[in-house]
Amino acid sequence: MIIDLQNTSSREISAELTKARRGAGASGLVLTLIISTTDEHFDAAIEAARASATAHPSRVIVVTHVDDDQARLDAKIQVGDGLPGDLVVLRLHGPLQQHADSILLPILLPDSPTIAWWPNEGPDDLAADPIGQLADRRITDAAGCQDPQQALLNRARHHAAGDTDLTWTRLTRWRALLVAAVDQVQADVTAAKVVSAPDNAPATLLAAWLSVKLGVPVERVDGARVGVSEVRLTTTEGDIIIERPANGTANYSVPGQPPRKVALRRRPLTDLLTEELERMDPDEVFESTVAYLLASSERA
Amino acid sequence: MAQRNVIDDFTNPLRDPEDRRLPRIAGPCALVIFGVTGDLSRKKLMPAVYDLAHRGMLPPGFALVGFARRDWEDQDFAQQVHDSVKENARTPFREDVWEQLLEGIRFVSGTFESDDAFLKLKATLDELDNERGTGGNHAFYLSIPPSGFGPVMQQLRKHGLTEDHGDNWNRVVIEKPFGHDLQSARELDQVVSALFRPHEVFRIDHYLGKETVQNMLALRFANQMFEPLWNNHYVSHVQITMAEDIGIGSRAGYFDGIGITRDVMQNHLLQLLALAAMEEPTNFEAGQLRAEKTKVLAAAHVPVDYARSTARGQYAAGWQGGQEVAGYLQEQGVDPGSRTETFSAVRVDIDNRRWAGVPFYLRTAKRMPRRVTEVALNFKKPPHLPFAQTDTVELGTNALVMRIQPDEGVTLRFGAKVPGTQMEIREVSMDFGYGGSFTESSPEAYERLILDVLLGEPPLFPLQEEVELSWKILDPVLDYWASLPEQPEQYAAGTWGPKSAHDMIARDGFAWRRP
Repeated sequence: MIIDLQNTSSREISAELTKARRGAGASGLVLTLIISTTDEHFDAAIEAARASATAHPSRVIVVTHVDDDQARLDAKIQVGDGLPGDLVVLRLHGPLQQHADSILLPILLPDSPTIAWWPNEGPDDLAADPIGQLADRRITDAAGCQDPQQALLNRARHHAAGDTDLTWTRLTRWRALLVAAVDQVQADVTAAKVVSAPDNAPATLLAAWLSVKLGVPVERVDGARVGVSEVRLTTTEGDIIIERPANGTANYSVPGQPPRKVALRRRPLTDLLTEELERMDPDEVFESTVAYLLASSERA
Repeated sequence: MAQRNVIDDFTNPLRDPEDRRLPRIAGPCALVIFGVTGDLSRKKLMPAVYDLAHRGMLPPGFALVGFARRDWEDQDFAQQVHDSVKENARTPFREDVWEQLLEGIRFVSGTFESDDAFLKLKATLDELDNERGTGGNHAFYLSIPPSGFGPVMQQLRKHGLTEDHGDNWNRVVIEKPFGHDLQSARELDQVVSALFRPHEVFRIDHYLGKETVQNMLALRFANQMFEPLWNNHYVSHVQITMAEDIGIGSRAGYFDGIGITRDVMQNHLLQLLALAAMEEPTNFEAGQLRAEKTKVLAAAHVPVDYARSTARGQYAAGWQGGQEVAGYLQEQGVDPGSRTETFSAVRVDIDNRRWAGVPFYLRTAKRMPRRVTEVALNFKKPPHLPFAQTDTVELGTNALVMRIQPDEGVTLRFGAKVPGTQMEIREVSMDFGYGGSFTESSPEAYERLILDVLLGEPPLFPLQEEVELSWKILDPVLDYWASLPEQPEQYAAGTWGPKSAHDMIARDGFAWRRP
């Protein structure tokens, strides 16, 4: 069911949602996801939100802005039709943009967490942003910004508990493999190297994480392939090498064991978002990693 | 507790308890499945292995070895794994994940008696240890009837397949039934424990996944609002039901002579009873949990007047959900004089402060109207109702129902006023479903189990002591039934059981819920 509302208000949206939900018979939504995006990235964001709503039934509210002199609110509500939750698309015209929080507050799900997501450009200080203030968790994606490295630093400067970035989420599988490898080798790591596409933001984070945890200098090398393509940890027993020659499969080798293949692909947006929605507590490891990043950039 | 990587004092600097995104990946190892051509293996085990790989939980270098009589090569087996994964896996099929698995797939053909086959298994595992770096870590999954346990154990020992080098592990997984009475359960245990230590033995009751157990623990012990009611002050009686809509199908050979009580009540229903009735464990370590379950099982017994506290039945021909079905005695392979029960209802009393005076009614059967498993706490009537009697005629009993399957969740039943000018109170339901509020596909029981086995996480599944206590509760009932000359009472297929079962609970002033 799709309900189009022109020149509407939060009260009307709320009433329509209640009515539509009763008809659809669904209940048990666990969170509200606010997506702040532009028309350009609208479709990709919606698709990811829809897909991850299967894992976390949620009320998804998409907020976009329309240039206009007049303040006006248009809304489109979608409930049912295989959608695991509600989808509300809000178009904020003109000066209404500054008052997004007043529109959102009445339609957040009661008592359950609110997550805000900026799939591309977003404010530097998330926690101070009107939408960010409503959220328990704030997700950004430095890779979607003009200058990913700078975006990471800007956000790091204003980092608050509950902030997270999808560049970090992209690293989970890499980090898991590295942890498992060190578990197997049981030897001290004396040096580390990260090979990646030039100026790759996840690689910057990965190198920072390794520095924080291992306390050794991490060498950065520019490679020809996309994303992170190789990580090498030098241990007293030999080198741990995880190398991804192409998307999908990586070569995994640890000292004293035969080399093996492991599945390691670049994860789609849906996977990243689903992982982010799994945990609502602050990610302290991410926090200490960006803090390190910020400190070393200020030293430089 | 965790046996993982405690070779020396090395601490992995990359590992951080705060880092909860990182999945726990098991060390390199080989999983050997006996009876790999069976249904279970095809429908559950192999898809679960793939799902684990897909979620990035399997170590690089993981190996899967199938053992069965069929005359197959590695690639034939790989093809079967491939097909069953495509058909039954929970997560989407991805070529890169499959490729990682495929490298470690091997097949050994032979019987349990054949020395050659076990020599080949040994050679295969040695080769994997070298080539894939599985390092002598082997998990043996016995997806075979208990009669095969003895021969397999002997062969494993004879060919040195469970050798301990000090830094490797060997584990074994066995499936229910864990014996058919106390005596046989002990014998079975001796066979298994001759080769494996208690913490290396994983007994799986596939109906009761770890996920379900943990859901029940969370409901009971993570909330303040239920536990105060969880005792004989408020609860009048508890009903634990596990109903199946199917008959015995082609399992006559296994089922006839065993019966539903041994098949599911001894393990599944008594485990549910233990989880629902136990005291709060000091923490959720497997040992603590087991201690509480053991205590409550030791306090449980069936009231000795078995004629009054138990009921049994056999399904007769009838209509089940719009289909005409045969009766138990007409099923292929069943002796027409069979006294095996397909319906079993038993009252269990628990002698402790919390539950004295609260009967637990366990019922399980085949050919019921629908497939459902649930634990229902039924509450007492309010001591005083400030309404006219006519207002509350439709008010039933308040109930808290833990639905186990299908549609796992919780239902609360309570009275509410019917809208209108008249004061009329009627029973309503408030439902919560895990499927609705959380991820649609939570990990399968087998996924959790295999992961626990590979990680060496102590299992939440029962240890031998619980198995023996369960038999102690039911053995007297089974002996009593065996002493009766007549066949179990017939009940029409597609109904909620024989009259004697309804009479049994009615004598105590209650009625079975319609789940």
